Amino acid sequence: MRIHFKTDYNQDIRIFEDRWTFGVYASLLALAFAMPWIADAFYLGELTNVLIWAVAGLGLMILTGHTGQASLGHAAFLALGCYSYTLLIEAGLPFLLAFPLSGLITGVVGTTIMLPALRLRGIYLAIATMAISILADDIIVLTEPWTGGVSGKFVDPIALFGLQIDRWGTPVAFYYLVLVVTVLVTLGYVNVLRAPLGRAFVAVRDSEVSAQAMGVNIVKTKMMSFALSCAVTGLAGALMGMFSGTFNNETFSVIISVQLLMMIVIGGLGSIHGAFFGAIVIGFLPQFLSIAKEWVGGGAVAIPGLEFGVFGMILMAFILFEPAGIFGRWLKIRTWLELFPFYRKDMFKRKKSFLKTERLQ
Amino acid sequence: MNLLELRNVTLKFGGVTAVNNLSFSVQKGEVYALVGPNGAGKSTVFNLISRFYKPFAGSIQFDGHDLLQEKPADVAALGVARTFQNNELFEHSTVLQNLLIGRHRHRNTNFLSEVFFTPNARKQELQNRHMVEEIIDFLDLQPYRDKMIAGLPYGVRKVVELGRALATGPNILLLDEPASGLSVEETTDMRWWIDDIRRQMGITVLMVEHDMGLVSNVSDRVLALADGAKLSEGTPAHVQSDPAVIEAYLGGAA
Ligand SMILES: Nc1ncnc2c1ncn2[C@@H]1O[C@H](COP(=O)(O)OP(=O)(O)OP(=O)(O)O)[C@@H](O)[C@H]1O
Ligand SMILES: [Mg+2]
Repeated sequence: MRIHFKTDYNQDIRIFEDRWTFGVYASLLALAFAMPWIADAFYLGELTNVLIWAVAGLGLMILTGHTGQASLGHAAFLALGCYSYTLLIEAGLPFLLAFPLSGLITGVVGTTIMLPALRLRGIYLAIATMAISILADDIIVLTEPWTGGVSGKFVDPIALFGLQIDRWGTPVAFYYLVLVVTVLVTLGYVNVLRAPLGRAFVAVRDSEVSAQAMGVNIVKTKMMSFALSCAVTGLAGALMGMFSGTFNNETFSVIISVQLLMMIVIGGLGSIHGAFFGAIVIGFLPQFLSIAKEWVGGGAVAIPGLEFGVFGMILMAFILFEPAGIFGRWLKIRTWLELFPFYRKDMFKRKKSFLKTERLQ
Repeated sequence: MNLLELRNVTLKFGGVTAVNNLSFSVQKGEVYALVGPNGAGKSTVFNLISRFYKPFAGSIQFDGHDLLQEKPADVAALGVARTFQNNELFEHSTVLQNLLIGRHRHRNTNFLSEVFFTPNARKQELQNRHMVEEIIDFLDLQPYRDKMIAGLPYGVRKVVELGRALATGPNILLLDEPASGLSVEETTDMRWWIDDIRRQMGITVLMVEHDMGLVSNVSDRVLALADGAKLSEGTPAHVQSDPAVIEAYLGGAA
């Protein structure tokens, strides 16, 4: 077990709590950078996809995992990011401008759309956001001159530092691009969490009454959360567009919204790790299923909706047996290993606290 | 000097008059206690001051501000901190994080400097932590510093709530039944803390409490409420011996 002697306030502010943790994440990052030499083109593409989903997951995690506002509408913001990026590129903007702008536009427009929904909570917010996701489909069809409607749109390869980057032609360069974006978004996220804004998000999630009593403006904080969440989701949407190269009104259907929410629940709500774990599950599930199908001898049989169904079942299993998601399970395993053999079974059980009057009765 | 002043405040919930034409004022630097039987309207008075409720009539002044013009978050920003009768902590955060949220009203960075964690943001965080660590020391919370609230015993939660309110660096502290559910030793600790908060930190305290022993030990003045109206006001000894108060308690118990 690692014991921390704290001698400096900076120790609590640091991103990595000690050298060991730093070493673990540095090795992970090094591994990620070495991936093009380890994985073949197919798996590198899959990995790129996982990273893009992780960015989308981080976007939703801000709102749902840390601020406690469920959204079933984030596919609409993926679409918004994707289409605004494409239009900006078509307008002749360079990538380095068009890409951040697509996030900014999604953040601003997304928050504006969500303004009326700000006072809604729980299931009502989920329904309202879901409506936005469903409407997005129609809006894309109606605004055909810009979006290409049902027949869809193509996005050109990225022109960056004299290079032409696209997923098929230069998978390694595209992978690195996505990796850099992922790392930057994650760093920004970590920074917000260790600053007042991140704490305000968590405060709103855990108790609105208390948050107000601490001087946290609920409406402003929720707006900030929506804005950051939509902006990050917009960036992920733009990356998804570049990844697939072509997209139409059905690419970002409401099913994607549901999948994104399921993903972060499975990964573990309220943690950055959760977005990554969830993305790994969603990214590698199709491979896993096709291998499993071959194994049972049904390789040629196509089963429509299998993936989504299996995904749903995984979700149910988690909600029933491990509501804290993969990350929560991981924390338990790690504690078990660190404390071996002193782990107690009830260590992570919530203790119910009683009022004195309740104790007496 | 009057720090907090309620004048002719009335609030009804349907047919129940929870606060009835109530006036009182809290002087700067004193400990002022609200007592009264269950349902007398004590917590409602707190919720009115925090602006969770809007009174039907009357005025609430704090330090030259008309609180009826303010939103709950702005009341807190003026330096009114409070605890809740039924603990309202941020369950899925550690003790340290709970106290840090208390520093929110002193935030002077915007989200951009926080996303990039500029030197300015770091400086502010160091200051916040410095303040919070002092409170952790003061309230003997070191053993629980990095523990999640969700697993803490009731008595510790009460202390964490007090700590979170103190972390805001308040001008007035509203404590709703700080000793309820506490053991005898814990109540004694609470007594000395309230004393220190007033004497060393110079914070004015308005508190609701049923434990008359604690009330007479720490408070300068006491207001007894019944059915939302003022019954008696004065020194702890005076209020305790007031026939109207004795009548209200016995009547309530019968
Ligand atoms: N939100 C509410 N809606 C309706 N009635 C309420 C509400 N809050 C309080 N009341 C009523 O107002 C009256 C005063 O309640 P309050 O909680 O202020 O009592 P209290 O003096 O704090 O009592 P206790 O000692 O039990 O905490 C009670 O009759 C209560 O039922
Ligand atoms: Mg009460």
